[in-house]
Amino acid sequence: MDTKISNISSNDISSVVVRFAGDSGDGMQLTGAQFADTSALMGNDIATFPNYPSEIRAPQGSVYGVSGFQVHISNEKISTPGDDLDMLVAMNPAALKTNLADLSPGKMLIVDTDSFTPKNLKKAGYSANPIEDGSLESYRLIAAPITSLTKAALLDLGMKEKSMNRSKNMFTLGMVYWIYGRDKKHTVDFLKKKFKGKEIIIEANSRALKAGNVYAENLELIATTYQVRPAKLKKGKYRIIMGNQATAWGFIAAAQKANKELFLGSYPITPASNILHELVKHPEFKVKSFQAEDEIAGVASAFGAAFAGDLAITTTSGPGLALKGEAIGLAMMTEIPMVIVNVQRGGPSTGLPTKTEQSDLLQAMYGRNGESPIIVVAANSPSNCFDMAYEASRLALEHMTPVLLLSDGYIANGSEPWLIKTLGELPDITPRTVSKLKGWTPYTRDKDTLAREWAIPGMEGYEHRLGGLEKNVETGNVNMDPTNHEEMVKIRAEKVKRVENDIPELEVEGAAEGDLLVVGWGGTYGSLHTAVMSMSSKGESIGLAHLKYINPMPKNTAEVFSKFKKVVVCELNTGQLYKILHFAQPGHKYYKYNKVQGLPFTGSELIMRFEQLLKEEA
Amino acid sequence: MTENKKYTHKDMASDQEVRWCPGCDDYVILRAVQKALPEIGRNKEDIVFISGIGCSSRFPYYMNTYGMHSIHGRAAAVATGTKLANPDLSVWVITGDGDALAIGGNHTIHAIRRNVDMNIILFNNEIYGLTKGQFSPTSYLGQKTTTSPFGNTQPPFNPGELAIGANSRFFARISGNRPKEMASLFIEAEQFKGTSFIEVLQNCVIFNDGAFDLFNKKETRADNQVYLEHGKKMIFGHDSNKGLKLNGLEIEVVTIGENGITEEDIMTHDAHDPNPTLHFMLVRMKNPIVTGVIRSVKEMSFDERFVGQMKEQLEASKGIIFDDLVNAGQTYMLD
Ligand code: SF4
Repeated sequence: MDTKISNISSNDISSVVVRFAGDSGDGMQLTGAQFADTSALMGNDIATFPNYPSEIRAPQGSVYGVSGFQVHISNEKISTPGDDLDMLVAMNPAALKTNLADLSPGKMLIVDTDSFTPKNLKKAGYSANPIEDGSLESYRLIAAPITSLTKAALLDLGMKEKSMNRSKNMFTLGMVYWIYGRDKKHTVDFLKKKFKGKEIIIEANSRALKAGNVYAENLELIATTYQVRPAKLKKGKYRIIMGNQATAWGFIAAAQKANKELFLGSYPITPASNILHELVKHPEFKVKSFQAEDEIAGVASAFGAAFAGDLAITTTSGPGLALKGEAIGLAMMTEIPMVIVNVQRGGPSTGLPTKTEQSDLLQAMYGRNGESPIIVVAANSPSNCFDMAYEASRLALEHMTPVLLLSDGYIANGSEPWLIKTLGELPDITPRTVSKLKGWTPYTRDKDTLAREWAIPGMEGYEHRLGGLEKNVETGNVNMDPTNHEEMVKIRAEKVKRVENDIPELEVEGAAEGDLLVVGWGGTYGSLHTAVMSMSSKGESIGLAHLKYINPMPKNTAEVFSKFKKVVVCELNTGQLYKILHFAQPGHKYYKYNKVQGLPFTGSELIMRFEQLLKEEA
Repeated sequence: MTENKKYTHKDMASDQEVRWCPGCDDYVILRAVQKALPEIGRNKEDIVFISGIGCSSRFPYYMNTYGMHSIHGRAAAVATGTKLANPDLSVWVITGDGDALAIGGNHTIHAIRRNVDMNIILFNNEIYGLTKGQFSPTSYLGQKTTTSPFGNTQPPFNPGELAIGANSRFFARISGNRPKEMASLFIEAEQFKGTSFIEVLQNCVIFNDGAFDLFNKKETRADNQVYLEHGKKMIFGHDSNKGLKLNGLEIEVVTIGENGITEEDIMTHDAHDPNPTLHFMLVRMKNPIVTGVIRSVKEMSFDERFVGQMKEQLEASKGIIFDDLVNAGQTYMLD
């Protein structure tokens, strides 16, 4: 498997295939060539495939007037311009029509919406505008008014409209440069040379290049393409799904199954916003999406909705989670079910908003005042986001506690085939409710799970008061007694611990025992799996245990770990799970492998580390 | 919904011992609320009190309804979620000047802006009580407090200006020692569909005793407070002979019978005027101050808009189930 990633630095095995397609007058050859040359200068191997119409001036907007230029860039030796496009740039409907068949679902598609006029659509043979009729739904569509944005950038140069339009290819190139982290300098130098003496043309093109670059940056376009795992896929009906969309759908499914209304309280933040974008579209499933005034109001409103009986969630990324801590503590204290989604990005502080990282694990576990354990789970792939959102909801509603679901920028924006799940095949969700009024208090608990019985406003006879102050273990009234407090602290912790009886066991892939166990969690599954399986198929004594349940951990975790001489914990942080494991699962020989570059692991770096660990004496 | 039950104020009180300082106006407010609730025609299981943190925020524990003592400043945000989750509930927010105007200022203005159907009772005592006497955002300039031993240097907010500035549709102000008027005002607030924001001038006997004496005390109240009622003349004073008159862009106090002033010249209160200019001028007045329902302008509440939109979409896509969602658009078979 070659790992395809956004920013190609010289250490990564990575390759990207981009095709630029437009009208023959759109300058696609030059654009593609610039992308290739710049990449070559940045140290990549390149292969290109120009494809232009035979007529020098084919009728504008027609399908036979389409000109294309395909570029394959890689850090490895390559010999073909690539079969599988990662991105298609289509400057007009005809270009889209003639090239779309080569782009597989889930990949990135850039179109200039300004060129999708009725006239051009007709010339290309479209009866409806594909941007609007949903037929491009399965792609990562970036529909940008490129022509008008270019004009807007050049307005004060006093150029003719037609001349301004000529720079739209540079605007597009600027966008692509941002997405793949290319340096603009080479192209600016090239423009200066090519148009020597025509200052205005140099200025217009350089400006358009820069404007496109800034535009993509502001849209925070991310080029994550999640690699479909090489394992044979099960039979069945599939669709391509993005991680954040899967997360949103998982919650819709859970609410439907639990017979609850879904409430989302959220504040926009990269890379979590498109969960909100997806959920606002679904009032038909009684989804109440509330865009709040800030992160705190996002979680507080969700808490208020949960108190009133909804399946309530809040979605955010690292900096937002920092703001939500106090309200999550309140939900923990009042034992109200809710789900907090943290789509992690590079931190600390504002950090690297569009890059991926796993550095919020400790915040998720401990980022609240007082003794405040909550359930922490993590999704491991775009489609698994569906399962884990569903699972987080189930655990919250059945165990009466907040659940924190960790995703990350890599899987959230990545897409992969998803074996469609219908409501009927999903496990039941039975929200806690009251049993009998006589003797009921807010802290009447289930003997086994310790989950309290949930009475919601509107239920006659169950009027009660909850709050952040410590409560009496039995009556639920405010209580500051020292031993009562200690008892309550222990009950809340024990309740979360007992969730281990309600989650699946930890599975091992590759060798079930032996020399080296690779341990990971969250979005690194794809790369860890690929590396481990390739080594184990060559006979190495190596296995993979990937954690989806982090607090509590599956009951058999210690047993799984104990079957290996060494355990290496691989994370996109400096060793957060590694720290947790030392006291959560003591008695094993832990090693770690970490990367904090805002990038996923590559296969080669993992294999190198694993081989080294296998060679070294214990 | 079951038929509405009949209650007395006693049904509204929980079994918890009330723990405010003796003599605190909070007791008066609690009693007024407990008096008002049997009159609003709601069952008590449908009533929710949500508070933040501070002296006043212990309030929900004393009510025999549903209650949530949440976190500092966030009550309005919590209540917004509660109301959207179940718009049938009668939602009350209990908050103080520190809670609603300092740490929770953002949520307060946004709740008012959205016009969520709930009643926010602001216990304004111009001081922090629970944390022991620090100045609050409504403490006056020069006020000596625990954290301003040489006098407060932070100019205060006027809650009325803030509320009307945030497009408040319902704003009322009331002395903390007038339980009867307070109860009727709470009933009116509950009947108003939208965010009703009520500022209670609440005396804190421990840290800021007497802050509102001039306006609240029986002996001085009449000459220093104009209790406004919609459709009535803005007349006040011990002898009911003073009134408010508009003079250009100023409100002036005039005396009927002096300088040719007759009752005709006195303004009539129009709480329903959509134009907030005069309401704004009224809440700014320093002496006399105005109390009563100052502004009450009907507009669709946020929850009505929100739920209405959802219902429309529900109607439009009748019968759709989750399986339709996952099967829509591009799918493919693998075998
Ligand atoms: S400190 Fe002041 S506001 Fe608080 S309970 Fe005592 S008197 Fe009332």
